[in-house]
Amino acid sequence: MTPRRIVVGAHYGLGSWLAQRITAVIMALYSVILLGVFMTGRPISYGVWRDLFQNGWMRVATLLFAVSLAWHAWVGVRDIVMDYIKPDGLRLGLEVVTILVLAGYVGWTVQVLWR
Amino acid sequence: MSSAAAKRPRPKYLNLPAILFEIRLPMPAWVSILHRVSGTLLFFPFAAWLLYLLDTTLASEQGFARVKDHYLQLPVVKLALIVFIWAYAHHFCAGIRFLLLDLNMGIELAPARRSATAVIVMGLLLTAYCAWRIW
Repeated sequence: MTPRRIVVGAHYGLGSWLAQRITAVIMALYSVILLGVFMTGRPISYGVWRDLFQNGWMRVATLLFAVSLAWHAWVGVRDIVMDYIKPDGLRLGLEVVTILVLAGYVGWTVQVLWR
Repeated sequence: MSSAAAKRPRPKYLNLPAILFEIRLPMPAWVSILHRVSGTLLFFPFAAWLLYLLDTTLASEQGFARVKDHYLQLPVVKLALIVFIWAYAHHFCAGIRFLLLDLNMGIELAPARRSATAVIVMGLLLTAYCAWRIW
């Protein structure tokens, strides 16, 4: 039997699925590191907090977290919107708003980190 | 076809009471729908809220003091923080379960139901612990 060519679907679903999982792992690792900082027991003063986010690695890690969140949430919110919102116009509108909000989060994060 | 099935009126229209009280979701379904609910809450409003807090606390020492000594002491803010912690904890635990399922770990019915229960319990326990620490 000859191999059959798959003739339906755009096939970007697998990429989105994989991206959502990779970004999930990145965010989970960052969460555990940040939780570790909180769990050291010493009270967090303004100086400690500011110095933490002045580290180059912490800024890059936080930006990586924000980008991961945006990508992860885009796949997730899109899945939810596709499942529950039937009118095409409303669905498109919500997807556009989602993209704008997520892009805004990333921009805001950059602004907060490199001020 | 059994007679009991034949007597059931068809089609069956769903309404809110039926969804809430009549249809019994199995544990993995609860994990799944709560993963969606918590994910939506984390996307909005909690991500924006946390960014606002990060912005204020890093901007100035006064902002840091205001958030730590005043804002985070308000009962309604503490309540919001606890809802956020539940959403994060549940999303985290359920997410790890889904990653393991994707790796074909625990995909038989019995272990899948056990891990689903464990996820819900872990989410609630972590929330309870943090709530106890916050208050």
